[in-house]
Amino acid sequence: MNTASAARVPFEPWNDPKAKPYIRIVNVTKTFGDFVAVDNMNLDIYQREFFSLLGPSGCGKTTLLRMLAGFERPTSGRIELDGVDMSTVPPYERPVNMMFQSYALFPHMTVEDNIAFGLRQDGVPKEERKRRVEEMLTLVQLTKFGKRKPHQLSGGQRQRVALARSLVKKPKMLLLDEPLGALDKKLREQTQFELMNIQEQVGITFVIVTHDQEEAMTVSSRIAVMNHGRIAQVATPTEIYEYPNSRYVAEFIGDVNMFEGRLADVAPDHVIITSADAGTNIYVDRGTSAAAGATVWVAVRPEKIDVGLIAPDDPAYNCIKGTVWDIGYLGNLTIYHVKLESGLKVTAAVANRTRLRDRPITWNDEVFLTWAPDSAVVLVS
Amino acid sequence: MSAGDDTDDRPSAALISHDAGGFAEWLHFRLHRGRLAWAAPYILWVATRFSGRGMVIAIPYGFLLAFFLIPFLIVLKISFAETALAIPPYTDLIEMVDDGFEYFVNIKLNLGNYWIILSEDTYVRAYLNSAKIAAISTLLCLIIGFPMAYAMARADESIRPTLLMLVILPFWTSFLIRVYAWIVILKTEGGLLNTFLIAIGVISPDDPLRILSTEWAMYIGIVYSYLPFMILPLYANLERMDMSLLEAAADLGCRPIKAFWVVTVPLAIPGIIAGCFLVFIPAVGEYVIPELMVGDNVRVIGRKLFTDFASERNWPLAAAVSVILLAILIIPIVLFQRQQARLQEAGQ
Repeated sequence: MNTASAARVPFEPWNDPKAKPYIRIVNVTKTFGDFVAVDNMNLDIYQREFFSLLGPSGCGKTTLLRMLAGFERPTSGRIELDGVDMSTVPPYERPVNMMFQSYALFPHMTVEDNIAFGLRQDGVPKEERKRRVEEMLTLVQLTKFGKRKPHQLSGGQRQRVALARSLVKKPKMLLLDEPLGALDKKLREQTQFELMNIQEQVGITFVIVTHDQEEAMTVSSRIAVMNHGRIAQVATPTEIYEYPNSRYVAEFIGDVNMFEGRLADVAPDHVIITSADAGTNIYVDRGTSAAAGATVWVAVRPEKIDVGLIAPDDPAYNCIKGTVWDIGYLGNLTIYHVKLESGLKVTAAVANRTRLRDRPITWNDEVFLTWAPDSAVVLVS
Repeated sequence: MSAGDDTDDRPSAALISHDAGGFAEWLHFRLHRGRLAWAAPYILWVATRFSGRGMVIAIPYGFLLAFFLIPFLIVLKISFAETALAIPPYTDLIEMVDDGFEYFVNIKLNLGNYWIILSEDTYVRAYLNSAKIAAISTLLCLIIGFPMAYAMARADESIRPTLLMLVILPFWTSFLIRVYAWIVILKTEGGLLNTFLIAIGVISPDDPLRILSTEWAMYIGIVYSYLPFMILPLYANLERMDMSLLEAAADLGCRPIKAFWVVTVPLAIPGIIAGCFLVFIPAVGEYVIPELMVGDNVRVIGRKLFTDFASERNWPLAAAVSVILLAILIIPIVLFQRQQARLQEAGQ
């Protein structure tokens, strides 16, 4: 699925029934007064995973992370790490480290002392401490900055000190709370890849909290999309994007066109939906759990829609006629907003693969929107 | 003005005589009046430097000039004078001399006052005793104030303003009334504390606690009066502290008590230093509390200063006492300033 990892042995312990989960979150609920931050959550995370908790603010992802770190105790339920119940273990006794959103570097200590802090608490001898701090500084490419204080570093350097400090104790699990949130866009994108490389080098299980779906897509082995203290979907980035299990997930990750319709024909390998919204019948070559006659939603990603001026040969399925309402030229993409007869607006993104071609499609043109049967997803909730 | 050659145009300050002997040490300077004009271009230059921004900066400097530097210079001047039966009771430093040949401004500096202070045991002891009392009081304020400031800073956000108010509230009554109130509490005969302790049977009526007129009473008075000056900067510092630092310490395996010593206290150092200076500096010169709570048998420099000034009417000696006191205090003040500057540089 992922072209980059195609050459390697696929890392998919979650598909292996024999694999033992490394972190088990069992029926965990956390309430603050009347507010339910985490609602009866069950989640298994495997060793060496790069696992993302993704969701809007207030969805409970940070609370879950803080429970993993030990700063909050679950109101009920259990958190197991490597077979040991962690629920009542205080943070300073957990084999878990956290990288804080604010980095929380000790301002009165040098970079070296910050990194050595955790080792010092464990009584690691001086020689070894020095060696391991050196190692970490090399890993995060800050060897020249060991004697500096945090305020003498740039945001990106501070971020790397925080990472080094949380990795130096070789924790069983590293928790990262919005680790790249404070960096600017360019640096963030670059750091995402650094983070992945470091995770591969050290082989530690990473659990990251983020509200940035692009970041989650880039770095994660799996993503848990959260909403109101519950998990909406747990899957690989590809599955989350291509096969979201609900309208919430489809709309949270990326842009999507949503058509409401009724299931007209259900077969094991395909379904047909009649949609007044779209003004066409939609053919999807994948089965669904819903029965014929049920109300469903069809999600189609903008980049999967083709925009043409000529009606296709076989317009029985997946072909909508509309008028170009607006055009957005983004350089790499051109976004067409097409207004349908039903009044619905559909977004189509077309890659600008050739340079400065004559734009054949312009405002108020009548266009035909088409997509392949495997490009749409049927959502029942 | 006449433009002579430039070396001659400077004020000619010359040590004329130096009679070392006993209490009167004299330094004489001679200035030629007409030659003071050399300063004029400099004053003009300073005036032209004042832009709008300069004026804004000039306001605090002007305030300090008017209410600190000038009064200090007056005290400094008096400290070099001699006592005289006059109003004000000291001699003039500057006298005009017309020797019939030339017209001179004569400046006489009397160093005798300083000589008295530095050579007489009672003064040296009073300075040392004051410094000791101030140091102990500062330490006591820190020991009592730190837990209070800490508790305030960690209290629920909704009650913090109330707690802060409670610390500031005593300032609404006069300082003297509060000290007198302590006398009422600590009195041996019929004091509130003794009455209470006798009533609950902790001590016998024949053997009441003798606190008033002892050093204990003085420390109680000083610590009580200056405690808010310790608490407020500490509270401001502790309240601002990023709590995620303590979480980070815990996360890295540090127990809460140790985290207090390796994270909270080092980060509170600016607050501790500010609080200590705010207590120590005024406590060194404290006069009223030792006077009221202890009385005659306490030797503090503040009392010595007051006696010299009011009872003995020896203004020059009293002025010299306060100049030396300031000179002693300038050392911690400069250290404090340097610390502040360093913190500013560190961007904290």
